[in-house]
Amino acid sequence: MSTRTRTADTARTADTVPEIEISGLHKSFGDNHVLRGIDLEIGTGEVVCVIGPSGSGKSTLLRCVNLLEEPTGGRVVVGGTELTDPDVDIDAVRRRIGMVFQQFNLFPHLTVTENLTLPQRRVLRRDKAEAARVAAENLQRVGLAEKADAYPSSLSGGQQQRVAIARALAMGPSVMLFDEPTSALDPELVGDVLAVMRMLADEGMTMMVVTHEMTFAREVADRVVFMDGGVVVEDGTPGQVIGSPAHERTRHFLSRLLDPAMAEVEEGRGGPGPG
Amino acid sequence: MSGADTTRERAAPRKPGLSRRRKRALSRAVQYAVFVAAVAALAVTADWGRLRNQFAQGDLAGEMFPEIITLALRNTVLYTVSGFVFGLVLGMVVALMRLSSVGPYRWVAGVYIEIFRGLPALLIFIFVGVAVPLAFPGTEIPGGTYGKVALALGLVSAAYMAETIRAGIQAVPRGQMEAARSLGFSHARAMVSIIVPQAFRIVIPPLTNELVLLFKDSSLVLFLGVTLQERELAKYGRDLASTTANSTPILVAGLCYLLVTVPLGFVVRRLEAKAGEAK
Ligand SMILES: Nc1ncnc2c1ncn2[C@@H]1O[C@H](COP(=O)(O)OP(=O)(O)O)[C@@H](O)[C@H]1O
Ligand SMILES: [Mg+2]
Repeated sequence: MSTRTRTADTARTADTVPEIEISGLHKSFGDNHVLRGIDLEIGTGEVVCVIGPSGSGKSTLLRCVNLLEEPTGGRVVVGGTELTDPDVDIDAVRRRIGMVFQQFNLFPHLTVTENLTLPQRRVLRRDKAEAARVAAENLQRVGLAEKADAYPSSLSGGQQQRVAIARALAMGPSVMLFDEPTSALDPELVGDVLAVMRMLADEGMTMMVVTHEMTFAREVADRVVFMDGGVVVEDGTPGQVIGSPAHERTRHFLSRLLDPAMAEVEEGRGGPGPG
Repeated sequence: MSGADTTRERAAPRKPGLSRRRKRALSRAVQYAVFVAAVAALAVTADWGRLRNQFAQGDLAGEMFPEIITLALRNTVLYTVSGFVFGLVLGMVVALMRLSSVGPYRWVAGVYIEIFRGLPALLIFIFVGVAVPLAFPGTEIPGGTYGKVALALGLVSAAYMAETIRAGIQAVPRGQMEAARSLGFSHARAMVSIIVPQAFRIVIPPLTNELVLLFKDSSLVLFLGVTLQERELAKYGRDLASTTANSTPILVAGLCYLLVTVPLGFVVRRLEAKAGEAK
C-alpha cells in the first residue's frame, strides 16, 4: 500500500477552497468555557490531525463541526453552507459529514449490512437494491465483505470500527470526522483501522482526525493542530508541530505522549504500511 | 467449589458443640416438621365433605363448560388486549412527551403519570363507567362496554407503561442517537428507526408483566353494568356462584385466570433471564 508522504510545501491549504471554515468558535457548558475562540480552515482533500491533552476540547470542536454540539458563538461553514445559520437544514448538512466515534456506536439490533442500508434508505431514500449495492461496495472497501450478515456484537472492536467507517462512507460524505477512532481498541487491532483511514486519505477525502497516534499524524496528515485549554496553540505541518514544536506547551505535551507511546509504536503498534 | 468448601471447613477452628453445618441441618429439619404438622392438622380439622361440596362440585363445574371459555374467558382476553393496546399507544405517546424538550409536554405527561399511578384502578372504572356518562349526558364512548373497559384499563396501564418505556428509551446509550443524527436522521426519525426498537427489546419483559396485571384488573368490569353477553371471568363466576349458592364457579373462574397468568409469568421470567444474559 502506498503511503502518502508529503513535505511542508505540498500541503494544499492555500490553493484550494476550504471545505471547513471555523472562525471565532466558542462553546460553553454552563460555566465551563470549553472552546475559547477557535479559527481553523481545512481545505478540500486535506487531512488535519487534532492533538492535545485530554479535556482540551478536541471532541467538542469536532462535534461543533456537525452540530452535535451547538456553538455558543462564532461561525462554522462546511462545504459553503453556514451551519450556525438558524435557518439551515442541519440534517441535510450532516448527510455530507461522516462521523466516526471512539465507541463505534453501531446499531446493535441490526446486522452489519442493515447498519449500512437503513440510513441510506431512511435518510437518502435510496431504493433497496441501490442501498444494498452501496453497502456491499463499502464493506468491500474496509475489507469486511464476509461479515455482511453478522451482528456487531460478534465482531472485534477493530472490525466494528471499520463497519462504522463503512456506514459513514455509504452516505457519500465529502468530509469525514474521526474522534479518537482507535482509542478504544486493543493495540493489535489499531493497524487495520488506521490502514482504512490511510486509504481514505490517499483517495483524497477531506478528514479531521482527533488522535493520539503520532505515527499516523506524521505520515498521513497534511497539517497537525495542537489544542490546549480550548484554543489552537499551534497549527502547521507534521514536521513543524510534531518535529520541531514552537511552543513550550506543545513540547511538554509531546514529550509526555511520545516517550511511552513511541516505544509502543516502535514495537509494532503501527499500521501494516511501511512505518 | 466443594473442594474449596471442605478446605474452609477443615481450616475452621474446631469449636465445642455443634458445627455450623449441623446446626443448619437441624434447623431445616425442625421447619419441615412444623410444616408437616400444620398440613396434618388442617387435613384432620377441615370438613372435607363440606369443602368438596362447596368448591368442587363436578357436575356444576361441568355445566360451566364451554361457556366459561367461549364467553367469559374470551371476554376477559378481549378486554385485556384492547386495554393493553390502547394503553401501549397512549403510554408510548406519554413517554415521548415526558422526554420532550418542550416543557409543557413534559409537565402534562408528568401530571398524567402521577395521577393515574396514584389512583386505584377501581376508581377509574367507576369514573369511566358512571361519572363520565353522568357528566356528559348523550356522549357515548364508542364500542359500548368494550370501549369503556379498554378506556379504563388503557388509562391506568398507560401511566405505568409510559414510565417503563421512558426508562427503556433512556437505557439506550446516548451514542446511538448521536450516531443516527450524524448520519442525517432527524430526531423523530432516529427515535422511530433506531432508539425505540432497541428500547422495546429492553421493555418486553416488564410490558408482558403489565399484561398479566391487566389480565387480572379486567375483573373490575364487575363494577360496570354489563349485559349477559359481556360478562368476563370474575363476573361470570360470581353470578353463577350466587344463583347456585355454591362456590365451585369461583374456583373454576380462578383456574381459568391461572391458566393464562401462570404461563405468561413463566414467559416473563424466561425473557428476563434472556435479557440478563444478553448484557
Ligand atoms: N456534554 C457536555 N456537558 C458538559 N460538559 C462537557 C460536555 N462535553 C464536554 N464537556 C466538557 O468540556 C471539556 C472538554 O471536553 P472534550 O471536548 O471532550 O475534551 P477532549 O476531547 O479534548 O478530551 C471537558 O471539561 C468536559 O468536561
Ligand atoms: Mg475527546
